[in-house]
Amino acid sequence: MNDQLHYLARHAAAGKLSRRDFMAKAAALGFTAAAASTLLTSEARAAGPQKGGTIRMGLQGGSTTDSLDPALSTNQVTLMLVRLWGEPLVELNDDGGLDGKVAESYEASADARIWTFKIRKGITFSNGKAVTAEDVAATMERHSGEDTKSGALGIMRGIKNVSTDGDNVVVELETPNADLPYLMADYHLVIQPGGGMDDPAAAIGTGPYIIKDVDMGVRIVAEKNPNYWGDIGHAETIELIVINDNTARVAALQSGQVDMIDRVPPRTAKLVARAPNINVHSTSGPGHYVFIMHANTAPFDNKDVRMALKYGINRQEMVDKVLNGYGSIGNDSPINSSYPMFTPSEQREYDPDKAMFHMKKSGHDGEILLRTSDNSFPGAPDASALFQQSCASAGINLNVKREPNDGYWSEVWNTQPFCTSYWGGRPTQDQMFTTAYLSTADWNDTRFNNEQFDQLLLAARAELDTAKRTQMYADMGEIQRDEGGLICPMFNDFVDATSDRLDGWVENAKGFALMNSYSPIRMWVKA
Amino acid sequence: MPLIIKLLAQRIALGLILLLLVSGLIFAGTMILPGDVAQSILGQSATPEALANLRAELGLNDPPLQRYIQWLGGAMTGDLGTALTSGSDITESIGKRPSNTLFLAFWAAIIAVPLAIFLGLLAVRYKDRWPDKLISAVTLASISIPEFLIGYVLMYLIAVKLRWFPSVAMINDGMSLGEKLGAIALPVTVLTLVVLAHMMRMTRAAILNVMQSAYIETAELKGLNGFQVIFRHAFPNAIAPIVNVVMLNLAYLVVGVVVIEVVFVYPGMGQYLVDHVSKRDVPVVQACGLIFAAVYIGLNMIADIVAILSNPRLRHPK
Repeated sequence: MNDQLHYLARHAAAGKLSRRDFMAKAAALGFTAAAASTLLTSEARAAGPQKGGTIRMGLQGGSTTDSLDPALSTNQVTLMLVRLWGEPLVELNDDGGLDGKVAESYEASADARIWTFKIRKGITFSNGKAVTAEDVAATMERHSGEDTKSGALGIMRGIKNVSTDGDNVVVELETPNADLPYLMADYHLVIQPGGGMDDPAAAIGTGPYIIKDVDMGVRIVAEKNPNYWGDIGHAETIELIVINDNTARVAALQSGQVDMIDRVPPRTAKLVARAPNINVHSTSGPGHYVFIMHANTAPFDNKDVRMALKYGINRQEMVDKVLNGYGSIGNDSPINSSYPMFTPSEQREYDPDKAMFHMKKSGHDGEILLRTSDNSFPGAPDASALFQQSCASAGINLNVKREPNDGYWSEVWNTQPFCTSYWGGRPTQDQMFTTAYLSTADWNDTRFNNEQFDQLLLAARAELDTAKRTQMYADMGEIQRDEGGLICPMFNDFVDATSDRLDGWVENAKGFALMNSYSPIRMWVKA
Repeated sequence: MPLIIKLLAQRIALGLILLLLVSGLIFAGTMILPGDVAQSILGQSATPEALANLRAELGLNDPPLQRYIQWLGGAMTGDLGTALTSGSDITESIGKRPSNTLFLAFWAAIIAVPLAIFLGLLAVRYKDRWPDKLISAVTLASISIPEFLIGYVLMYLIAVKLRWFPSVAMINDGMSLGEKLGAIALPVTVLTLVVLAHMMRMTRAAILNVMQSAYIETAELKGLNGFQVIFRHAFPNAIAPIVNVVMLNLAYLVVGVVVIEVVFVYPGMGQYLVDHVSKRDVPVVQACGLIFAAVYIGLNMIADIVAILSNPRLRHPK
């Protein structure tokens, strides 16, 4: 492209030329609007992050009952808050690896049983105190104590002892675990002064922002932490507004009241993307929508019944109609390509003949009751109706019962033998399997009990050789796909949207929605 | 004791008894909600240990009657208890919520009530002619459309397309009155549209009813013009039913705005209540229920008192 245009684009990106003037001049030089716009975007990125300004976001999931205590953080809004003011030891990077945050580096003993984290020198909490190894050890203690209410308790359970050694924190495990650093990236485990024992909800940490004004479930304002050690946190002020209603959230973005929203409804995402000043971002992730059968309860204790239902579901149709294309098909395993050691196995297709064959072979006769609710995943009743129809073509009588949203997680999920649900996914295979598919797991919501699977899981956890581990996880995936009680028709993409006031979005960042909740920190307001 | 004082005392006593009964009902109702507080607080990602620890801490095992009496005693003295979810004092954490809700209701009422009465009078003046029919058609249409839909339509037209007013009605202490009014313009408009028809129709019906009376004919025969007859002679005698319906609608503006608050992200009581219902925070739900009931019963009591006072037969007994 011609030099003059590049020159103009650099000027526009640096804010010396308005976008409108740039487009006009580009047109005069004979470029189409689309080409000029693409060039402007790439120049803006090349110009690097701009400092200052305010980023306003409208997020779903916040509630007046939320707490600033990271141990009690359960939703997108509280997660975002934790990201603003605090940092864990390490964090997922865009490629699925780990970057040091409070920890500068880490290393394992040869048997992966003892891990040493070196604390970053010279960083301070927002109250001015220097970060010490003792603060880190105390934080871990708070999340793993007997009486803790922490959401991270499950992943802290394998830790036998945490001690300090100068600038190092030494974590000793009950059994070897090659994935320990990934567990330390859990968002509950942000390092607090004194471990947050005295005042867990003080919101004092090492993060790039300092919380200024909190009205839980309504609005939160944060300002740049002037002493932050890293090079992220570009905007001066971040304002977070809780907008739980889908239409209201989209309208707030369209009317320019906020610059960024999460959870754009897949149904309207294409419509929203049509607006010239709005960018819709779809990010694939580990989250998936599931139909779960208790593999130890009749009739689902019969492998042929499970197989019949697995063949009786039309996965592509669900991705097209329930996710409106914002997702990918599943293969009855909770693992997809967003996991580090993923091996694809043969895709199971919708096959009414095989479904009918297995149902006949099982000897089960009569209807099968599937329970669902609106909040088990977005579009769950629709997905259940589709499942009912695809089963009907195979001669299987699926009866769908709609349950109230109220109390679904305590009365239906993990209680009734067949229902709809969702999983947000976990950063590693080990964590996902340990959370829900180990026979002794608290949330073994498919009542999956397979000795070989359990043995492989423990062996893989202690294995530092990546090739061997990958093979083990591949074997486990096969076992689960053929034996398990999980029907996983689809992995849902995260669909977020930003206005063109902002720049710096990273496509397909690993982790969760909104660039693993780092978007307000890593994006910037265009000059 | 004059009859009127006795009537008023009776009415107030009745209101208080009603409130007591409602408090019992609220307490019983929240007891039979399905689900478990601890599970709701910790969500799907709760471990059994965390659940057990939380349940023990919240003291969910006391007998219900004991909890009711303690709660009622506390509520009488202005202590609404402690929220289960955050552990904070409810009276304090509700804080600005009722005043925010009242702020919204107040401005909606300021516009809706005079407008409804004026439109009602106008409809009577031009009874069965086009202004009457137009007013009825428009207000009945606006009451028939679900309020969230009116909200979305206005949001799309006024906030997204025209950008006159914001779609998120967020108010905070740092805003001037003008800014606050700008922020709540859309929800106020929706609420006005929702309550207008009921009050307007009642005004029209009540006045038309009085217009059948002989003394109105007399007034007309004296040569007074249409509006004078309606305003000076018919309206005062139609006040009781009009006040009744106005009060009902004011009560609705306070207790029935949950949907509007959620749609416009307005930090009022409704939003607060919804959040706590979904978290099974029973003490907060009970406190909100009690406040709503008190507002409702209080406004109805005022309507009855105004009706009693506006009735000359009760004011001047023989």
